[in-house]
Amino acid sequence: MNNALEFERPIIELEDKIHELESFIRENEVDLSHEIDILKNKLDNIKKNIYNNLTPWQKVKIARLLDRPTTLEYIERIFTDFIELHGDRLYRDDYAIIGGIGLLDGIPVTVIGHQKGRDTKENIKRNFGMAHPEGYRKALRLMEQAEKFERPVIMFIDTPGAYCGIGAEERGQGEAIATNLLQMSKLKIPIIVVVIGEGGSGGALALGIGDRVCMLEHSVYSVISPEGLSSILWKDASLAEKAAEIMKLTAQDLLELNIIDKVIEEPLGGAHKDVDLVSSNIKNYIVKELTELLKLDSNTLLDMRYQRIRKIGV
Amino acid sequence: MISEFLRKKKKYVTINLNEKEDKKKTSMNIEFANRIVEKDIDEKIWIKCSNCSEILLSEDVEKNLYICNKCDYHFRMGARDRLSIVLDENSFKEYDKELKITNPLDFPGYSEKISKALEKSGEDEAVITGEGKINGIQAVVCAMEPKFMMGSMGCVVGEKISRAIERATRKRLPLIIFSASGGARMQEGILSLMQMAKTSAALSRFSEKRLPYVSVLTDPTTGGVTASFAMLGDIIISEPGALIGFAGPRVIEQTIRQRLPEGFQRAEFLKERGFVDKIVHRKNLREILFKILYIHTLEGEVNE
Repeated sequence: MNNALEFERPIIELEDKIHELESFIRENEVDLSHEIDILKNKLDNIKKNIYNNLTPWQKVKIARLLDRPTTLEYIERIFTDFIELHGDRLYRDDYAIIGGIGLLDGIPVTVIGHQKGRDTKENIKRNFGMAHPEGYRKALRLMEQAEKFERPVIMFIDTPGAYCGIGAEERGQGEAIATNLLQMSKLKIPIIVVVIGEGGSGGALALGIGDRVCMLEHSVYSVISPEGLSSILWKDASLAEKAAEIMKLTAQDLLELNIIDKVIEEPLGGAHKDVDLVSSNIKNYIVKELTELLKLDSNTLLDMRYQRIRKIGV
Repeated sequence: MISEFLRKKKKYVTINLNEKEDKKKTSMNIEFANRIVEKDIDEKIWIKCSNCSEILLSEDVEKNLYICNKCDYHFRMGARDRLSIVLDENSFKEYDKELKITNPLDFPGYSEKISKALEKSGEDEAVITGEGKINGIQAVVCAMEPKFMMGSMGCVVGEKISRAIERATRKRLPLIIFSASGGARMQEGILSLMQMAKTSAALSRFSEKRLPYVSVLTDPTTGGVTASFAMLGDIIISEPGALIGFAGPRVIEQTIRQRLPEGFQRAEFLKERGFVDKIVHRKNLREILFKILYIHTLEGEVNE
């Protein structure tokens, strides 16, 4: 529980108290089961109260947890025979985005996603899930390959944003993202996008055009980070919490704005509490939607994809 | 070889000296400029070059297509002025003027920002779209307005550009977009981000009709505009010295904690890296655009 968040403190404290009481009972052989039941009941209520009323900023915190399941953990549980493929064939392999082929209930698919590290060492290798242009170009190469072999594409989004650095600019970060947006809007295969953690701006959108877009319950998606917005608006990155409140970045906000099609349920406390359950929720959604999408001819599919994007805004 | 090397070195030293002199001159000019400001001389009459600090008559600069008479620095230009220097006189027919900006996320302070932008720019939004002619060749043209909230793209900008692209597709007309933008508009949040997808998807359909799109990058073209329609031209032209990039220089400096090299993210740098076809001086812009359109109107009949 060393990764607990500030607002989870009342839960942790009560859990500790229950543990203490339980060991007291064992040591002293007294019957306090009634008291324990009361406390457990209280714990349940506190949990529900906290987790069902998370503020946008608390959701940002959950979405960024180091413990939060990453693309690879979902791939392991949702697909079989996954083979990772590497490189953009132009410059290098970007570990911030992974991709490959595998089976979804026996259907061949291409799976691509941002990949954050699960510890500091891996995070350095994966640049905290912030891709360079070659990451987006690798993703595009794999998407075009999917189109060639008529495989649907499943996308997992989890990035603080596209990387800001000298190399990224030199190699055309803007061009790489723009090209993905254009190409993804016309790939003649179904694309399903799942936002699993952070949907950080252009870096997220570069993998985010699809026929269905869904978000996990505690994931977020925004044009800029709350820290970025608060430093622009108030010249102070520490007001991020205030920024998060006004920017409409939660899965629930995006559903209401008609930008996404579905919010996928997480267990109480967040996806990391039960990865298997979340994986099965994601899988059920993908399989159901894919079954529908595979019935469409490519013209209808592309028309619907175009209208999906076209209607956002005015 | 050796003599060449030595000569180069010598030159390097001279440049340094010149720089020092320039700096002296610059500081003198700044003093001069400060004195002018102190004396409350109308800014509408005088303008200071951001590059060489020369104090120039606004009228002269305007006549010179908003280029510094002394150092050739290209000042930022309003969308209307931009259209007037490129298009045939009275040929422009504006699209979608009735599309009005709103505050879709009820973002605090946004409505006031809009009022200020309206006043400052004299425009309703950060882009003007429509149809016009260059030496008689019809084209759909979009010009972004840097004075309207730094040319940022929100829902209306995205919608106007997408509609313009769709009209060009339907009418089979070539497309020219002059970008000048800090990127997606923060106050419209995720809706602004999605305009990148919308404009790019519209361009994808335009492109499939084999119609030409010329993207003209002007100072500045950054963020979500660079990462969408600005970088998707069949031909990408830039004005000299324009700042072009995905992340802004300040954000990069903060991220990597070091100073950026001189000329980084300038038009010339992008051309060298292979992301811009051509850097065109504003005085030649109309002619180059005409030539590109003209070449694309010719029927490509090849004997087989």
